[in-house]
Amino acid sequence: MTKAGDDVEDIEIHLLLEALFRRYHYDFRHYAPASIKRRLKQARQQLGFHSFSALQDAVLHDAAMVPRLLNYLTVQVSEMFRDPGYFRAIREKVVPHLRTYPSLKVWIAGCSSGEELHSFAILFREEGLLDRTLFYATDINPGALEIAASGVYALDRIKAFTENHQMSGGKSSLSDYYTAAYGRAVFDKTLRSRVVFSDHSLVTDAVFAEAQLISCRNVLIYFDRPLQDRAVGLFRDSLVRKGFLGLGSKENLRFSGHACAFTEFVREEKIYQRREP
Amino acid sequence: MSGAAAIVIGASAGAIQALSRILPALPAAYPIPVLVVVHIPPDRSDLLAPLFQARCRLVVKEAEDKEPILPGFVYFGPSDYHLLVEADRTMSLSADEPVLYSRPSIDVLFESAADAYGASLVGVILTGANEDGAAGLRAVAAAGGVALAEDPVAAFAPAMPSAALELCAEAQSMSLDAIAAYLVGLGTS
Ligand SMILES: C[S@@+](CC[C@H](N)C(=O)[O-])C[C@H]1O[C@@H](n2cnc3c(N)ncnc32)[C@H](O)[C@@H]1O
Repeated sequence: MTKAGDDVEDIEIHLLLEALFRRYHYDFRHYAPASIKRRLKQARQQLGFHSFSALQDAVLHDAAMVPRLLNYLTVQVSEMFRDPGYFRAIREKVVPHLRTYPSLKVWIAGCSSGEELHSFAILFREEGLLDRTLFYATDINPGALEIAASGVYALDRIKAFTENHQMSGGKSSLSDYYTAAYGRAVFDKTLRSRVVFSDHSLVTDAVFAEAQLISCRNVLIYFDRPLQDRAVGLFRDSLVRKGFLGLGSKENLRFSGHACAFTEFVREEKIYQRREP
Repeated sequence: MSGAAAIVIGASAGAIQALSRILPALPAAYPIPVLVVVHIPPDRSDLLAPLFQARCRLVVKEAEDKEPILPGFVYFGPSDYHLLVEADRTMSLSADEPVLYSRPSIDVLFESAADAYGASLVGVILTGANEDGAAGLRAVAAAGGVALAEDPVAAFAPAMPSAALELCAEAQSMSLDAIAAYLVGLGTS
C-alpha cells in the first residue's frame, strides 16, 4: 500500500496547489483533499496534460490557464430554492425577525452563478423586504459571479426551479420574474438592483460587512476542519448580535470551535442564530 | 491481502433486498468499518440508516462530513451528495455534479477509498440497472484490494455487477450468501 503523501501524484498535487497560491494567491491547500484530487484529475485529462507537474508548469507561466483551472477546482453546482425546506424555514421563521429591522444586509457567501441569490431576492420581494435590503453576493470564481450578475439561466432548468419555489412556500409564480428567449430565462434586473457582487475568499480575505443574515451553503464541505473554522469565525464577526447563519443541509457547527457563539435556530434546516456577545 | 481495514459496497435497483442479506449477517463486534452508497432519489434521503439499524447488530448511521471512519459502524452516504474517503480516514461529502447520472456515485466512493486504503480495501458491487461502480471496482483491484461482484445471473438487476465484472478482470463473482460469508470471515481472521 502506498502511504498517503509518498505517492508521486500526491506530491505533484501538493506542489501545484502551492504554486497556484504563491503565484496567484488562490489558496486551495486546505480544501478536502479527495475531492481536489478528483477534480484535478479531470482538469489534467480534459486540458490535455500528461502529469500534474506539466499542468503546474503551464499554470505558472500562463495566467490565462488560471480561470480554466479555477473552473475545475471550484464546483459550480447550484439550483434555485435548492432544499425547499430551507427557504420555507427562512420565510416562516427568520423573516418575522428580519421585518423588525428598518434596513437589512444579507451576505450570500459562495454564491456561485447566483441561483441562491435570486432565490433570496424573490423570497424577499414576496415578503416585501427587497426594497430595504442590500445583498452582498461573493465568490472566488469570477466567471460564476458574471453569470450571477447577468441573471441568465438555461430554460431547461426552470422546471426544477419552479417546483422548488412552490415547495418552498412561494407566494407568486416564478414566471413573474423572468422572460424566456432563445432557450434562456432572463431574470428581472430589478431583483439585482441592490446587490453588490464581489470577489471574496472565505480562505484568504477578511470580514466582509455587517449583516443580519448570512447564507453559505455547500461551500464549507469543501474545506478541511481548520478552514471551516476560519470561515465560521468570519461569519461570527460579520453578524450583528442575534443575526442568522444558514448552512447547507449536510453542514453544521457541531464540531466548530465557534459553536458556542451560536444557538440552533431551526435545527433540521441548519439555521443558526448569533448569541449575544 | 494483509487484513481488511475497510469495506465499500455499492448498490442500486434491488439494493435493499440485497443489503438485507449481507449487513444483518455481520456480528456486533465486527472489526471492519463498512461504507455503503445506494442510488436513491434525493427526496427519499435519510431513510436507509434507520431502516438497516433496525435489522443490524452494528451501529448504522448516515455518513457526516469530516467524520472519522471507525470499526463497529456501517455508514450510508446521504442522498444528493457524493461520499469520499480521505487519506486520514475521515469522510468528506461533496455537492459536485452527478457522475453517470448518479449522486451519490459509487465510482467516486470506491476510487477515493482505493486511494486511501490501497490493498487493505474490499469493494463489493451488488445489483443495479446501470454501470456505476465498474470503474470504481477496477480502481480497488488496481490498488491491490479485493474486488467482489454479485453473481449477475442471480441478481435482481444484473447490469451493474455485469459491467463491473467486465471492466475489472480481477473481480470475483459470488452469490449474496457467499459475499456475506466472506465478509464475516474477514472479521475473524
Ligand atoms: C457547490 S457551490 C454552492 C453554490 C450555492 N451556495 C448553493 O448551495 O447552491 C460552491 C461555491 O463555493 C465557491 N467557493 C469555493 N471556495 C471558496 C472560497 N474560498 N471563498 C468563497 N467561495 C468559495 C465556489 O466557487 C462555488 O461557487
